[in-house]
This record gives sequence, structure tokens and C-alpha cells, in this order.
Amino acid sequence: MGTYFHSVTLDESRCRGCTNCIKRCPTEAIRVRKSKARIINERCIDCGECIRVCPYHAKQAISDPFNLIYSFKYRVAVPAPSLYGQFKNAASRNHILTALKGMGFHRVYEVAKAAEIVSDATRKLIQEEWVNKPLISSACPAVVRLIQVRFPSLIDNIVKLESPMEVAAKIVRKEVMDSLKLSSEDIGVFFITPCAAKVTSVKAPYEKENSNVDGVLSIKDIYLKILNSLGKIKNAEDLEQAGFEGIRWANSGGESLALGTEKFLAVDGIHNVITILDEIENDRIEDVDFIEALACNGGCLGGPLTVENLYVAKTRLKKYIDQAKDKDLPQKEIDKYDDLVWTGNVEYKPVMKLDKDMVKAMKKLETLELIHKELPGLDCGACGAPSCRALAEDIVRENANETDCIFKLREKVRDLAIQMMELEKKMPPVLDKESEPTKGGIEDEC
Amino acid sequence: MGLSDGTIKMSFTILPDDLTAAGEASSSMKKMLNQLGVSPQLVKKAAIAMYEAEINAVIHGGGGIADIIIDGQKIEILIRDEGPGIPDLELAMQEGYSTASDEIREMGFGAGMGLPNMKRYSDELIIHSEVGKGTSVKIIVNFY
Ligand SMILES: Nc1ncnc2c1ncn2[C@@H]1O[C@H](COP(=O)(O)OP(=O)(O)OP(=O)(O)O)[C@@H](O)[C@H]1O
Ligand code: SF4
Ligand SMILES: [Mg+2]
Repeated sequence: MGTYFHSVTLDESRCRGCTNCIKRCPTEAIRVRKSKARIINERCIDCGECIRVCPYHAKQAISDPFNLIYSFKYRVAVPAPSLYGQFKNAASRNHILTALKGMGFHRVYEVAKAAEIVSDATRKLIQEEWVNKPLISSACPAVVRLIQVRFPSLIDNIVKLESPMEVAAKIVRKEVMDSLKLSSEDIGVFFITPCAAKVTSVKAPYEKENSNVDGVLSIKDIYLKILNSLGKIKNAEDLEQAGFEGIRWANSGGESLALGTEKFLAVDGIHNVITILDEIENDRIEDVDFIEALACNGGCLGGPLTVENLYVAKTRLKKYIDQAKDKDLPQKEIDKYDDLVWTGNVEYKPVMKLDKDMVKAMKKLETLELIHKELPGLDCGACGAPSCRALAEDIVRENANETDCIFKLREKVRDLAIQMMELEKKMPPVLDKESEPTKGGIEDEC
Repeated sequence: MGLSDGTIKMSFTILPDDLTAAGEASSSMKKMLNQLGVSPQLVKKAAIAMYEAEINAVIHGGGGIADIIIDGQKIEILIRDEGPGIPDLELAMQEGYSTASDEIREMGFGAGMGLPNMKRYSDELIIHSEVGKGTSVKIIVNFY
């Protein structure tokens, strides 16, 4: 695994070199070269926009194969709350959890339960004097990575608490180790994910050395198996542990609603998130203590690896939220949040920097702007870059040429054609009749 | 041009009364500073100060021009408009002072914090304003 692991990858055989993805990418991380899209690894934040927009399904998210679970003696599934929105005929959450468990797991532990613990910790964190407000949720790893590359001045505002997924994995691992006297290596904890960003956060976490999760299975990959066994369940096991506040995290706004403050702002969809982060950076967001920013439209229910349509899934989830409200499971209050605090920190990734040396960067920026001025400004994408300015940037980074722009190329060709015509007129003197010293010109002959 | 005097100059037009377009110049500026590798905290300072000046030119100044000059030491931001000017600059500089209309306030502006913020986030702030002629705001943020 290199420095830049990414779940989002390209299937070259499917890519036709269209320019749909380069235009949607929020960090300008994709270029088309030789009729194939290329992902610039340092810039990719695994938001999955390209997966959604690619008409040929050439962009995919790498997750683990199901059989990986069998490399562990004891197997635990920790499902994201968005899983609950996927199934039409499920009678209850217990049915879904039982079906999931039946796939080959010894235990399931709801991430929604851990979400309640994180909510509780966040409630306490918000009260602290020293925090930078507005606090920005770290629930969506794609947004954290976006901040790393595009909004570095907001790194200090990120909620540096473990994600519900990590907390769930940690708790259940410890419980199993203690109760069954198993060693950590024998236990395989598998996250059931709605997105690529979460896969990356397990394979290459930014906040610590190693994740508590051993493998990640996508909702898409296990959907049919669960669906099939759902019908066959007669007696569902009682596996529900989470209350409605945890389940609600699957929705945009769910995390915020659990905080007990009205001073929150919930934004979803990566391009909307960018607008809001811009506003925070310009100091234009007032009276807000907490920002919940999710890369996917609608929140995790709209994740790129989910199956069901977002709006349908929302309605279903609402049913489970209401059921959980009736049940009103006791909330386990935590008294301190210290052990949820990140052990590492996210760093600024200056991937936009043109050069390490500021003087050289200045020269490059100057050239970039000059080139940009000369380009047609159509942002047509035919050069393989998302905009004229991005092409100008690629040129100063020596990754592209001015003639990659078809308009520039045409200009060049026209210039060459003119030059050729002019050259053609100039015959070598031995052949050139017109330059013969005889007086007769064209006019004379007529 | 190319290797001229080691500075980068850019000019942007600020359209009058268009709050949706406002902030475009400061966004471009932010992108440029990030490409130069200027530290995030300084980029933020420059962005806030410029954004406030830009918005003022839109709301109060009837649009104008933003020029930025970057050299290896600092960024200079110059925002000019030919609007009504500021009669009492000292008063305008006070926190909470605003002549913004109700409509503008409904859009979330008009808290009277723009000029104080510019002062706070810039290393140097020079304002010239003449009633009936216009206003020019010069913001300097040093890189070191
Ligand atoms: N470019 C300008 N032209 C004319 N008047 C201006 C200009 N800039 C500021 N002013 C005057 O100074 C006042 C204070 O400006 P300031 O930016 O501090 O607050 P505001 O723009 O009213 O509100 P806010 O910036 O908080 O949205 C304005 O209300 C306006 O009367
Ligand atoms: S919003 Fe949720 S599903 Fe989408 S990328 Fe973020 S964490 Fe994943
Ligand atoms: Mg103002």
C-alpha cells in the first residue's frame, strides 16, 4: 500500500475518455490522457462523484472481497446506519441485522450505537472554551480530505474525535476479547460501507496509524445476499441496540440533531459543501457552532455504494427511526471523551502548490496566468483538463502542452499553413520562372 | 513578458449589486496564494480582508475594480469604486456601524463588521474616500 491509497480507481477497459468526470471532480484530480481518464492520486479525496457521473461505470470503488471474512476465527459485522434504508420488505431492523449475521458472522454491532457515543462526546466538546468554532464534523472522511487539500485553514475546526465506525470496532473487539478470551488477531471486524471514502479511511487512516477495522464490504456487494435471506427469517434475533439518534446519522442533519443545540448548519453534496467551507473561510457564517458537512447528496443514504434510491431509502429509514423512538433504548452516557480523541492529526496537504520554492512558484504562477490569458476560456474539456486554467496549470507543471488545446492547435496549423504557402511561393532560383530576368510578367501575357 | 519584475498582477471587475458574483475575485486570489504555497493562516487573513472589501464595493460602492499585486514578501490588494464615498471614515470603522438597507440585511450583510474585520486581518489598511467621488481600499498582508 503506497502513500496514497485510494478506494476510487479506474477500470481502463471501460473508460472511453469522455470528459464527464473531469468536470465534476471537486479537487480537479482527473485528466484525460490518451483517451483514458487518469486520477491524480495526491488530490483525490474519494468522494465518489466520478463514480456517480461516469456513464460507462469505469470508475469503481475497491472494497474487500467477501471471502476475506473467513481468514478470521471470529467474525463481526459493523453495519453503517445507511444499510437500514436499503430493503423494501424488512419487517424490522432486527430482521436486517439477523440476515446480515447469517451471512457468516458471529456477531453484529451497530455503528449507530457507537454514533450515539460520539454524539455524546461531541456535545461535551462543544462546551469547551478552547475549541475553534464553528466545529466541523469529521463524520465524512471525504470532507476531511477536502479540507486537507483545499481548505487548510479550517483544519483546526475539525472535530478530532474517532468516527462511529472506529468506536464501534474498538468496543466490539474489546468485548469479544474479554468475554471469549480471544486474541485480537483472531477477531475480524468488518465494516459494511455506503462509500469509497470509508474504505480509504480504513486502509489509509489520516488520524492514526491503524484502523480498528479489518475489512470493508460494500453495501452493493452484499445487498442481494441479505435480500435473499431476509425472506427466510422466521424469528429474528434481538440485535438492535441503537436508539433513534444513532440511526438518524444516516441522514443529512442527523448528527447535528443529536447535539441539542440549534446553532448548527447541515450541508450535503460535495459542491454545496465547498460553498459553505468557502463562506466559513471568509468568516461569513455567524451564530453557528457546529457544521455537519457530508459529501453525498442527502448524506450517507446517498452514498455511492448504496443500492436504493436516496429518497426511497429516506422514507424507509424514517420507519426505523420511529420504531426506535418507541423502544427508547437506554442511552449510555459517557463521562469523558478523552479516549475518543484522535491520536494523530490531519496535516495540510499542499498539493496545489506549484513549487516548493516560493520564488519558483511565483515564476510559474506568472507564466500560468499568461498562458491562461491566451487560452480561449471555453473550459470545453477537450484538452483533457477540467478548465482552461487547469490546462495552463498542467502546462507550467510540464504535464501538458499548449497545443493540447484544440483551438491553439488550430491556430498553430493555420500559421503553419500560411508559412507553407509562403514557402511554396519561394522556388529555388533555377526553377523559378517568375524571378527570371525576362521582362514578361503575368500582366504582359494577358 | 514572462520574467518581468518578479511580481504577479491581476485585475478583476467587481459587478454592482450582484451578490452572487461577489467573492469571485477573492476566491481566485485564494487559489493563487495556495498555489504559491503561502501558509493557510495568511491565506485566510487575506481572503477575509479582500472579501469584505469586495462586498463593500458591491453593496455600497456600485461595483468597481480589484487589483492584486503579489511579490515574494506580501500581497497588496487594491479595491476601488466610484460610488458615494464614506462621509465619516472614523465612524464607519466602528464595529456595528452600518448604513446597509433592510434588504441587504436580510441577505446576511450589514452587521457593520466589514471594515473592522479588514483592519483586524490586514497588516496594513489604507482607505481613501471622497464623498461623491468614490472609495479606494488598500489591504496589505505580509508573508513573513
Ligand atoms: N466602498 C464603500 N462605499 C461607500 N460606503 C462604504 C463603503 N464601504 C463601507 N462603506 C460605509 O461604511 C459602513 C460600514 O462598512 P462595513 O463594511 O464595516 O459594514 P457593512 O458593510 O455595513 O456591514 P457588513 O460588512 O458587516 O456586512 C457601511 O455601512 C457604509 O455606510
Ligand atoms: S457522506 Fe457518508 S456515504 Fe458519502 S462519502 Fe461521506 S461518509 Fe461516505
Ligand atoms: Mg461590509
